[in-house]
Amino acid sequence: MARELQLMKGNEAIARAMIASGCDGYFGYPITPQSEVMETLMAEKPWETTGMTVLQAESEVASINMVYGGAATGKKVATSSSSPGISLMQEGLTYLAGAEIPCLVVNVMRGGPGLGTIQPSQSDYFQSVKGGGHGDYQLYTLAPASVQEMYDFVFDAWDIAFKYRNPVLILSDGAIGQCMEKLYTRDNVARWTEEERRKNAPWGTWGKPATRNHNIITSLELDSARQEVFNHKLQAKYAEMKEKEVRFEALNCEDADYIIVAYGSSSRIAMKAMQMAREKGIKVGLFRLITLFPFPTKQLAEVAKRVKGILCVEMSAGQMIEDVRLATECGVKTEHFGRFGGIIPTPGEVLEALENKIIK
Amino acid sequence: MEARRQELLNQGYEEVYTRTKVLTDAVMHYCPGCGHGTTHRLIAEVIDEMGIQDNVVGVSPVGCSVLAYNYFDVDFQEAAHGRAPAVATAIKRLNPDTFVFTYQGDGDLAAIGTAETIHAANRGENMTMIFVNNGIYGMTGGQMAPTTLVGMRSATTPYGRRVDLNGYPLRMTELLSTLPGTYYVTRQSVQNPAAVRKAKAAIRKAFENQKLKKGLSFVEILSNCNSGWKMTPVAANKWMEDNMMPNYPIGDIKVDGKIVEGIDANRLVLDHPLTVMQ
Repeated sequence: MARELQLMKGNEAIARAMIASGCDGYFGYPITPQSEVMETLMAEKPWETTGMTVLQAESEVASINMVYGGAATGKKVATSSSSPGISLMQEGLTYLAGAEIPCLVVNVMRGGPGLGTIQPSQSDYFQSVKGGGHGDYQLYTLAPASVQEMYDFVFDAWDIAFKYRNPVLILSDGAIGQCMEKLYTRDNVARWTEEERRKNAPWGTWGKPATRNHNIITSLELDSARQEVFNHKLQAKYAEMKEKEVRFEALNCEDADYIIVAYGSSSRIAMKAMQMAREKGIKVGLFRLITLFPFPTKQLAEVAKRVKGILCVEMSAGQMIEDVRLATECGVKTEHFGRFGGIIPTPGEVLEALENKIIK
Repeated sequence: MEARRQELLNQGYEEVYTRTKVLTDAVMHYCPGCGHGTTHRLIAEVIDEMGIQDNVVGVSPVGCSVLAYNYFDVDFQEAAHGRAPAVATAIKRLNPDTFVFTYQGDGDLAAIGTAETIHAANRGENMTMIFVNNGIYGMTGGQMAPTTLVGMRSATTPYGRRVDLNGYPLRMTELLSTLPGTYYVTRQSVQNPAAVRKAKAAIRKAFENQKLKKGLSFVEILSNCNSGWKMTPVAANKWMEDNMMPNYPIGDIKVDGKIVEGIDANRLVLDHPLTVMQ
């Protein structure tokens, strides 16, 4: 599929981007509001075109471990789920990070806690960037705010995953997953040939040729001294991501007296609130996070020096705000506004919160 | 070592037994007398004899054999506890011409990994699963396993396994044989030379079956856990024959996709009254 304009659902965009970006395998389990990802893949039958494998697993626990097995052979492997399913995957995610296996995981968030609701939410921020599983690890976390970004970030994810040998998380939500928007598709990227796989993933387990030692994929190290050395290596990798791979978008921040910090669906609502504020003569900017890890700490701190207050908008009880306050070292008044449990705030509510909590 | 071997051969010695190149030089951590070492060697010999060392991926479990990847000189993945069949499923699906095998104990395969085991078998994944059953959690210090016999003492059943508290021993191998996705299901042991030869033949068949692409081959190996059972290796093997084997009968259960003639149907529906140890 060459570059063309289409109307598409966010979840469908994820599936089509997987096929178009040369993904080798997808393993998933149905859960609302992301079931269209696997449904689209099954309907498209990519095994007949690109040769991509698609399998419905018996659980999210199985699907993330299938990702582990397949991706550890040096192939591009993905899964997707929604909040409760992603909770089940946390064991697998820490093993993937600990064994340094590149892969793609998509979370189309819904409201919690527990079984919660099937409506959109953004209450998995802590789980995503503060380590949902055990141990010191990080997932490179991208937060798309449009159907176009759902599509594009799948392509970007493979580059980061294989460059750093680390899992990449696309943290979306039910609103972006379910809404339909226009989208420019990209030219197809062919799946890697056998030679490309061996070149791009020399650590992979595909059968040991006589010319090399056996490759072992494990996160186990019984010698604590060696485990500490390995953990330092992981931390160095995360530090490099913080240095080189931060992504954000600053809109109208140059002359802003106040800024809204948001990501995903909330940033779309905040954008409208910003326009409404500007129409009223209040100089408001939007600082949109694209990577949640690595967090744009330095860049946000720079913008924060010039403003009188920051409103954090997130469909949660206030999770991202902790990183905003850390970035600004609490140097400027910062408050949270959010609806949760599956309720999406209106731009008017955001503007009202800005006026009442920050400007007043 | 190779030079000394050549020297002896030149002197007219006949080579009747040698190590396989598919095992590494790493010193195994297994307790002396445990069946894991023998089972490892049999798998390695089969890989060697089939000439597939360069085209095989193993998956190790969590449990005593967690470090199996250090002993086999083939590509290996270490799975999370119980997840080896899911891990192996994807390896095989994405690399259908590669020989894939899992190696798991009873806690890993028949307790925490029950769902992954049953579903991999039910999908008929074209791979080989090796299941070492010693009726106990060895690595964590001898706690009750799903396969612990009724009346058998363990660290968490100090007065013996009670059906009213702990339920019945789980015969996973019989259970899997009832699924259409399994092509070869067998139970073997490695406590004496005759048993070792039969176990090796079963493992060979389980690997050969992958070429046929007909489904899952499942080999249970009964083993003693002499340290967990708190016996000498010799006494543990005797105890295994006297107590484990009546509950876990040795032999093929399903061959070429068909239940072997003469298998007691009660064994397969799992309502056979299990021997209660005195």
